[in-house]
Amino acid sequence: MNPGTLQPDRQAPLQRPGDRPVIELEKVSLRFGGQFSGQLGGQFAGQFAVEELSLSIAPGEFFSLLGPSGSGKSTTLRLIAGFEHPDGGRIRLQGLDLTGAPPHRRPVNMVFQNYALFPHLDVWDNVAFGPRSQRLAAPQIRRRVGEILEVVRLSELARRRPHELSGGQQQRVALARALVNAPAALLLDEPLGALDPDLRRVMRSELQRIQRELGITFLLVTHDREEALSLSDRLAVLHQGRLEQVGTPRQLYDRPCSAVVATFLGAANLLPDSSAGGLRLLRPERLRLSETPPQQGECGLRAQVRELAFQGATVEVRLAGRDGLAGRDGLALIAIDTSANLPENLCVGSELWCRWNHADTHRLADCPP
Amino acid sequence: MPASPRAEAAARARRFWPWLLLAPGLLWLLGLYLLPLLGLVPLSLSEPLSRFGLETVFRGRLATYLEVLQAYGPILWRSFGYAASATAIGLLLAYPLAFAIRFRGGRWQPLLIGLVVLPSLTSYLVRAIAWTSLLGDNGPVLALLQSLDLTAAFNGLGLLRDGRLLNTPTAVILGLLTNQLPFLVLPLVLAMERIQPCLLEAAADLHAGAWRRFTQVVWPLSRPGLAAGILLGLIPAAGDVVNPLFLGGPNERMVANTIDNLLLVQLQAPRAAALTLVLMALVTLAVLVQLRGRGLDGLPLP
Repeated sequence: MNPGTLQPDRQAPLQRPGDRPVIELEKVSLRFGGQFSGQLGGQFAGQFAVEELSLSIAPGEFFSLLGPSGSGKSTTLRLIAGFEHPDGGRIRLQGLDLTGAPPHRRPVNMVFQNYALFPHLDVWDNVAFGPRSQRLAAPQIRRRVGEILEVVRLSELARRRPHELSGGQQQRVALARALVNAPAALLLDEPLGALDPDLRRVMRSELQRIQRELGITFLLVTHDREEALSLSDRLAVLHQGRLEQVGTPRQLYDRPCSAVVATFLGAANLLPDSSAGGLRLLRPERLRLSETPPQQGECGLRAQVRELAFQGATVEVRLAGRDGLAGRDGLALIAIDTSANLPENLCVGSELWCRWNHADTHRLADCPP
Repeated sequence: MPASPRAEAAARARRFWPWLLLAPGLLWLLGLYLLPLLGLVPLSLSEPLSRFGLETVFRGRLATYLEVLQAYGPILWRSFGYAASATAIGLLLAYPLAFAIRFRGGRWQPLLIGLVVLPSLTSYLVRAIAWTSLLGDNGPVLALLQSLDLTAAFNGLGLLRDGRLLNTPTAVILGLLTNQLPFLVLPLVLAMERIQPCLLEAAADLHAGAWRRFTQVVWPLSRPGLAAGILLGLIPAAGDVVNPLFLGGPNERMVANTIDNLLLVQLQAPRAAALTLVLMALVTLAVLVQLRGRGLDGLPLP
């Protein structure tokens, strides 16, 4: 990637100032062992699964919750769906306080990680389950189910049972079954986790297409950073039950406020900040490797190649600093570049210069959390 | 390429193994079930040689079946009636029990299942005798009914006869019920075990209230267990000997008692054989109806 050009953020949806948020969490907390119905009772009892989480998601937004497993992102989704009830804080959906409401009285629908399709019902009846629960008129149910099956391109398979479908098709049924209820927000719990990589890519763009087509708010939970970065209008990084940072993918990638966010969103070089203390983030694709020392206005460091990993379009180079002067000896560095930009005779053990522009680095903790 | 002798031997062994594993069970069924049952066919078509012995001679006499049906049709009818009543009441008890064990049992689930099975660890003969003292004229059950002033009401409902419990259909059905309860509960728990909690969450998420979650998800998915329970409960109950003998009077005899009586008291072996075969045919019919009906059909089994 050329470090000079900044790609603009993907067009954010039009937000009128008067729009009230679809989902609003206000200092929501949940401890293990209390109300929490999860499996982790004993060992973690008393610890927070989610701690003082405040979030606000606008209508039509594609919002992602990103975090490692155990960070509380799925729990947050279950709190919003109503499967868990918080120990503290408020949950508002479309402006209504629904903190204690049961799942079936909430205007949101969920796509489960394992899809949770009803095995005894065919595709049509699975999708019609929600509208029938809401006692819509039969012609209206027929119309809605028919339409949504068109949207997810499953009309041909309406009479199949879930076990007769492929993983990708089951995924579409789960999507249709939730979307047919015209929810205020669609909650997706690692929806692509069970699919193989190729299908993942297809379904990723499908998700994006469907979200644009219907204009429904999507709240996606994922631990896949590429998924979150490529799909989201905004995303939130969760860590140990706490919200680390919220922002657009570009903001979080380029200007993270903590090392946790910086390293979770991508490979990162964390350089000691000589002037102000603390750390500066330098993304590996902004690091240039060359035989020649840094020129005027550039920063640089002599380093030795420790590992080379060919990744197809790019090569990942891991290096160790050889700079005895500035206390950066042994500093682990990582560079990612296309093979064409790398010196030709590069091999493990070669020593060369790492060069970067100071403007490409970002001081962590420069932004409010 | 021709297969090596070793590979051929291995392939033969692979074909051979399943049969070897099946053999003990198949031999058992063949020798101790199918052959004796088939032996009853010629016996049922024979005539006794004398009134005082079990010797018979084969005459190809089909009329025995007609006589048996005429004479014991009501008893057959009563047997299936008792068995069906016991199974129906049993399911009313077993279904909520199984539901509670599966969805509310939590870590107590194994213990609860153990408690359900526990009564089966005592001999059913001992249990029937125990019931005679529980249900007897001076037993605790009648004492309770009397202290609650319910005797007259229960008499009116036909549950008691002249203020007594023993030697009534009620007692026999209660006895059959206790015998089959574990066989109703266990298949139901197993069937419900396969209903993943996330399906109930999904139903709730799709705006279904508790009643709709039950009727649309739990009930249809537990039906295989229901079918298995009915088979496991109904069939042994229809052929029960002990409960009618101890808990019922002469008017509560069931078909197995009659067969027993025909063979060992009246020495009418052909009639006993004919009645046995009629009972077998009816039971087989019940199984076929269950298996071909909505029971196991159309449900995806993992």
